[in-house]
Amino acid sequence: MQKKRDALPDRGAVLASLAAFSVLSGLGGVLNPYLISLLTIVFLFTFIGQSWSIMLGLGGQLSIGHALFVGIGAYSVAVLNIRYGLSPWFGLVVGMALAATVGAALAWLSFRFEVRGIYFALLTIAAAEFARVVLSGWEFVGAMQGLFFPAQSGPNSLWMLRGDARFYYFVALAAVFLGISVTALIRQSFLGYVWRAMRDDEEASRALGVRTFLHKIVIVSFSGAWAAVGGGLLALVQGSVFPDSIMGMGISVDILVGPVVGGLGTAFGPLVGTLITLPLDHLASAIGNKFGIPGLNNVAYGFALIAAVWLLPDGIVPVMVNLAKSVTRFSWFGYLQMEQVKK
Amino acid sequence: MLILWGNVLVSGILMGLVYGMIALGLTIIFGVIRIVNFAHGAMVVLGLYVGYFAGAWWGIPTIVAAVSAGALLFVFGHSLETSVVKRFVTRPHHIQFILFIGISLVLSGAQLIAFGPDPRPSISHLSFETIALGPIRLDLARLQAAIVAAVMILALAGFLKYSTFGRFIRAAADNRLGGLMVGLPIPKIYAITFGIGAACAGVAGALISPLFDAQPFLAVDFTLLAFVTVIVGGLGSFVGALVGGLTIGLTEAVAALLFAPSLKSALSYGLLMIVLIARPRGFFGAKET
Amino acid sequence: MSDLLELDGVSRRFGGLLAVDNVSFRLKGEGITALVGPNGAGKTTCFNLIAGAFPPTQGSIRFRGKLISGFPAENICRLGIGRTFQVVRPMRDMTVIENAMVGAFSWTRKVSEARDAAREALDLVGLGPKADAAISKLTLPDRKMLETAKALSTRPRLLLLDEVMAGLRPPEAAAVVAVLRRLAEKGLSILLVEHVMRIVMEAAEHVIVLHHGAKIAEGTPQYIVSHPEVIAGYLGEGFRA
Repeated sequence: MQKKRDALPDRGAVLASLAAFSVLSGLGGVLNPYLISLLTIVFLFTFIGQSWSIMLGLGGQLSIGHALFVGIGAYSVAVLNIRYGLSPWFGLVVGMALAATVGAALAWLSFRFEVRGIYFALLTIAAAEFARVVLSGWEFVGAMQGLFFPAQSGPNSLWMLRGDARFYYFVALAAVFLGISVTALIRQSFLGYVWRAMRDDEEASRALGVRTFLHKIVIVSFSGAWAAVGGGLLALVQGSVFPDSIMGMGISVDILVGPVVGGLGTAFGPLVGTLITLPLDHLASAIGNKFGIPGLNNVAYGFALIAAVWLLPDGIVPVMVNLAKSVTRFSWFGYLQMEQVKK
Repeated sequence: MLILWGNVLVSGILMGLVYGMIALGLTIIFGVIRIVNFAHGAMVVLGLYVGYFAGAWWGIPTIVAAVSAGALLFVFGHSLETSVVKRFVTRPHHIQFILFIGISLVLSGAQLIAFGPDPRPSISHLSFETIALGPIRLDLARLQAAIVAAVMILALAGFLKYSTFGRFIRAAADNRLGGLMVGLPIPKIYAITFGIGAACAGVAGALISPLFDAQPFLAVDFTLLAFVTVIVGGLGSFVGALVGGLTIGLTEAVAALLFAPSLKSALSYGLLMIVLIARPRGFFGAKET
Repeated sequence: MSDLLELDGVSRRFGGLLAVDNVSFRLKGEGITALVGPNGAGKTTCFNLIAGAFPPTQGSIRFRGKLISGFPAENICRLGIGRTFQVVRPMRDMTVIENAMVGAFSWTRKVSEARDAAREALDLVGLGPKADAAISKLTLPDRKMLETAKALSTRPRLLLLDEVMAGLRPPEAAAVVAVLRRLAEKGLSILLVEHVMRIVMEAAEHVIVLHHGAKIAEGTPQYIVSHPEVIAGYLGEGFRA
């Protein structure tokens, strides 16, 4: 495992968050519809990526099947809203509860036999595929034909979580900053310490009284519930749910690429990484379409992924922070850091 | 009725041998290098294309195509290991996962560019021929695939068990650090092991070319099939890969008979879940991760 | 009053090897006890059995009168037994004080309380000035002391120390002994696994000798060094008291 200490000092992180938040809010007012919808998807994947990142970065548990939880959230919202007309908020709560239960069950099943590491990761992807196959054959939830939300009409409604593209932009942006705050809060609470200890050395932390079995179940369950919220929002934004597009292996991959490229365990890693990788993926597709060469996008994106893990082993954020430090050694930023040391 | 069941079971076992071979490639790479090759499915599809073009363009028999695909994929796997993968051996699992997803995307994308998205249906005459063995009818393509797979598996087992280099590979699988200390040529072992793993995928891919239409999008399905097989059998176990392959082959055959062919993967995953609940490390899983 | 720790006929088998063979002993509520013996005598295994790293094959272990054999390690820690590892195991991506805080979270969920307790533990072992350092900046003696501080921050009644003085130079070892004395005076019971007989003589009030997994002698340091079986089995010709 690499270094995962947060590279930014606390106050610097808060300032940076506020700056990023204002810039992105401002952009929400001026950008064109295409960029608005692209950034909305970026934010939602950031939010889901944060849930994945906290599970691995803090708790040391690798999931390569996070689409399982995303799908549970998406289908909970879709089924309750489309079949029963309930507010998506109910769907989000039900999805969280379901995902938390499934996550806890999966974790309990494997950790009880000391199955961990890459074995556990394979179990997550197997569970996601199992769920996808089951949904593909289940008529009540639309099977392969999926479920469609009714077309948007009327004013934006926070209660029904329905609105225009800009409405979802701000919902997704709020989710990202909720995610950053929750991550920071957990990091600074006893859970953050205990989970990092468990990630670094499970046996040694047990000798210090950490109930690792319990904590591992909690962290998978918690991360799953979080991802389910992201899945529910994603379903609303996309206006439909299909087993393949919401629970496929591709979703699991998209979820974890952003946080890793951004910098695992850093507060801004998921946002910075997803801001780069997801548009890059879209760009590659656009180029592929333009030249009429299907497959070019896969090659381009594949090479980009290989280059990222090859050239930036710790992700982009640590590189950016070091750069910022060397540039602003004597300016306000450096001053902030000195303050930090004195305290 | 009995004959029907006999047919189904035999055909399941035949496919199971091929699945076992795919899984063997994955498991041998994991057993020695401790890396999960998430690009395995893309390598199977590469073999599938070799089989398809060999037959469609030059009328080369599937058996010869399979050997060529094995050689080609061995060279490919070997050079991939020495140029890229070796730098990632000691990196965390999630980094390796992204690396192989990248490799898989490049492979599938290249196949898409080269051969297009349309499925290439096999034109091998074997696809339609059967032979009768008593009351049981055997699909000739399946039979041929299974026999070649079985021979290759035996050859690989013999190589691992009796040749000097095979012993090196097994020693490295047992203990990497110990292997380094007694002076095993670890880099060479890793490169050849990865080559062998890729070759297994290639051979199996070419063997099933009379049965599956070649198509780039199959990569994910084959990767997942290989995962399910090795998890059921136990990741890193030679015997486990074979038992897993046979189990999945039989499950799919029975599922196709009892339910609908489209549900065969659901039943495989169901089986996987049961195995996970009862024996999460698979039938022959190692104790340590 | 019952003893703090009671081992009763404890055995542990690994395959064909009987690592600990029918060992029984008792620890009083305070003071320093040493567990000595040649390499492979089963000292560390004995330790791991008490700390719950794995269960005994036979026999029972009681702590404050409560049967604890077979309990998982974290529960045993929470009952009041702190341990160190022979090969130091710091959390490499956490700072010194963060390492020490982890143990405190076994009895509190307040970060500030844990930080205070960790600082106290670090001060006790002399690591106070390095509290905010990264683990990679620590020397080996520092790391050994961090192990002790981590165990102390769990607020144990019984402290199991596995060769914390191995590899230390004599003045450093003497400083550690002084620390252990102070802890013992505060009412902590300490069980030491130690190799260096001179340190044992200096630090411990009570010595238990293991040989081939079995207890061969027990008593004051003076009694032990004059015990014929101990001299034959362990101390041998080379020992100079």
